Amino acid sequence: MITETAPPEVQKRAQRRRFDDNVIRNLGLVGVLVLLIVVGIITKPDLYSDPTWVKNNFLTILQQASAIGVVTVGMTFVIIGGGIDLSVGAIIALSGVWATTLATQSYGAAGMIFTALVVGICVGLVNGVLISYGKLVPFIATLAMLVAARGLAAQISGKQTQVSANTFINDLAANKLLGIPLLVWILGLVVAAGWVLLNRTTFGRRTVAVGGNPEAARLAGINIKRHTLLLYALSGLCCGIAAIMLTSQATSAQAAMANLYELDAIAAAIIGGTLLSGGRGTIIGALFGVLVFSTITNLFAINNLSTEVQNMVKGGIIVLAVLIQQFRYRSLTQLLKR
Amino acid sequence: MTIPAQREASEDVVLRLTDVVKTFPGVRALDGVQLEVRAGEVHCLLGQNGAGKSTLIKTLAGVHHADGGEITWLGQPFAPATPQAAMRAGIATIYQELDLVDDLSVAENAFLGHEETRFGFTRRRSTAARTKQILARLGHEHIPPQQFVRNLPAAGKQIVSMARALSHDAKLIVMDEPSAVLAHDEVENLFRIIRELTSHNIAVIYISHRLEEIREIGDRVTVLKDGRTTAANLPARDTPTRDLVSRMTGRTIEYVFPPRPPREEKPPLLVVEGLTREGEFADASLTVAPGEIVGIAGLVGSGRSELLETIFGARRPDSGTITLDGKRIRTLGTAVRKGMGMAPEERKSQALLLDEPIYKNMTLSSFSGFARAGFTDAGGERKAAERTADKLELRPRDVMRPVRTLSGGNQQKVVVGRWLMGDTRLLLLDEPTRGVDVGARAELYQVIRSLAESGVGVLLVSSEVPEVLGLSDRVLVMREGRLIHEAPAEEIDEDTVLDLVMSGSLMEGEPA
Repeated sequence: MITETAPPEVQKRAQRRRFDDNVIRNLGLVGVLVLLIVVGIITKPDLYSDPTWVKNNFLTILQQASAIGVVTVGMTFVIIGGGIDLSVGAIIALSGVWATTLATQSYGAAGMIFTALVVGICVGLVNGVLISYGKLVPFIATLAMLVAARGLAAQISGKQTQVSANTFINDLAANKLLGIPLLVWILGLVVAAGWVLLNRTTFGRRTVAVGGNPEAARLAGINIKRHTLLLYALSGLCCGIAAIMLTSQATSAQAAMANLYELDAIAAAIIGGTLLSGGRGTIIGALFGVLVFSTITNLFAINNLSTEVQNMVKGGIIVLAVLIQQFRYRSLTQLLKR
Repeated sequence: MTIPAQREASEDVVLRLTDVVKTFPGVRALDGVQLEVRAGEVHCLLGQNGAGKSTLIKTLAGVHHADGGEITWLGQPFAPATPQAAMRAGIATIYQELDLVDDLSVAENAFLGHEETRFGFTRRRSTAARTKQILARLGHEHIPPQQFVRNLPAAGKQIVSMARALSHDAKLIVMDEPSAVLAHDEVENLFRIIRELTSHNIAVIYISHRLEEIREIGDRVTVLKDGRTTAANLPARDTPTRDLVSRMTGRTIEYVFPPRPPREEKPPLLVVEGLTREGEFADASLTVAPGEIVGIAGLVGSGRSELLETIFGARRPDSGTITLDGKRIRTLGTAVRKGMGMAPEERKSQALLLDEPIYKNMTLSSFSGFARAGFTDAGGERKAAERTADKLELRPRDVMRPVRTLSGGNQQKVVVGRWLMGDTRLLLLDEPTRGVDVGARAELYQVIRSLAESGVGVLLVSSEVPEVLGLSDRVLVMREGRLIHEAPAEEIDEDTVLDLVMSGSLMEGEPA
């Protein structure tokens, strides 16, 4: 009988590769985080000598990562599923503004939260319908939504900042549970739910299949149109949650809020190891990606440096992270062949 | 007199291949090819699918590089490193799927890659003028050089491809089934162009499955089989058809097929009636009984894969009905729910998630069934996948391994295994042994037969006639979108099937 398999060492390497890649990439991001903290200690030794400040600063970083982190979880699903959502920032603005109109506020905190979530889901559904049934390219559909949703948000708010008078909403960002800010708890919950959804449910399995090989998924009997629709709705839901979190932090909402969140979320997902072409990615990696960004922001803030320099550094980190990933994927033998 | 004549003959030969070998992982695609092409002749290449024709022309075009043997071009050893190098040396290739840029003009396409420039600016006017000259030479001066290629019909695009070859001053033009995309009267025009080319001493390598064309335009024929030259330099006009066909068949490798159980009459499981898709296939009717293997023989492009995908519900028919066990099948979703499964032609692009483990690939159509309240049961899936892997003798049996690391044959087992996990009652197999080596083939045949013995109906499509004949209980022959013949497998032989597949005109008036 002819055994026809690849040489054993190739197999072993390939077998371990996936597991290793995810773990190593995440460890790499942890390494980057440690490095950033070390830079902080070197540049501001006086601050880091105060344990209370260190603890509070750590919680600040997490709190600042919370809203964008929630958005990134949704974005990661969309990208693994083979799409992209450029409209997340605009959906947040629309959800936030809609939830803080005087009319909505009259229904209390529950009404505001409900409104934000429903608006988010509905806009996501519109994206999904345009993409899966209208056969628009995700880039175009969500780009159009980016423009349109912010326009609608400006229309509703009359370009005014809408102050939230609801103490429950406003207290979300101010209060802590077991010493940890509530917003961080929300991020933790969303990340945990996202992880379970991706790794332990049929929804997650379909997401990987649809993004990894849509034709194979279709011929296996998976309804890829419906699934694509649900992915954008999920992203919209995450935006609704983030809208409440941001409104709470600012105690107000306006049409310009969550500006460029789409770029931060995509960048975080990508440096967390999500393949932009779909089919592969992790929620934990995406979380680390977000934390790297918010730690950089924090590092620049405590050193009183401008956001311009900060953006330049961010851009460099995105390029570096993706370059490193590519080198890991092109094995040495392939490089030698050229 | 004999000596000068000989010298002249050897000078005449522009291309000579001696014992050319090309291997891919697991396949010896070319295994000793001999070929001799003279200036100004039309040399036809004949061979079944998988005989190595495509690999051969890609080797000449600089896409592949020969592992062994010798190629001489115009008296010099020839080993083009890139397609550009082959072009520069004077060998142009016209592929079946024409490699033109739709959104560039005719002239820009003709001179793509070697544009006339001055100070870095393209010289549009003189390029257009030169293109017009070339088109006139090809008898198509009516095609405006400024026209976008997108707006041309298939025949026009072919002309542009040839114009490109001439713009390179090619001395040999390789044409891969040029007539496949053409209507009948356009073929006449193609032949006129070929005659014009050869009268200017340009050599043509012509590949076609249509024997009547080879007889009309060809000078000499070389036959390939299993990557080897089985006959060289036969006269194209008067070599008996039987001789050509027999050199294409009669394989050196004998496949081992599992024994056929005695036939028994059962009510059909699948009934297809009058299925039609405009331009793909028409009025296809067939049945498959439980436990029966029905094979469709046909060439690439005969509509067989399209027919299979339509039966599976992946394409919508223009008319006709598909009934599985008395229930109409209208969508892919119903097909899968009612117990249909398909292993598509392109394993990697249509069936597998290469980076995912074996067990997730096996359960791709059934993982919802394992799940409880939406939560997947990875442990249960793994165990079920292991049982299936044992049944299929999958190697390695480790179901956590990514599918990418498996050989072609084992990847195919994973795809077949997918449909064993659920309760599949009808399995559609499109080219089940493509890219699978000989040893693994025998195993796959065994797997397919034992599936049938367990009561599953199998409908399979293959370009390899011996496979269809050896594996099936009943054989259907498909040609140009129509099922033209049906017979029990024992009552039909390879030559007859090949005649049916290739002809219409083949056997008429030919010496038997």
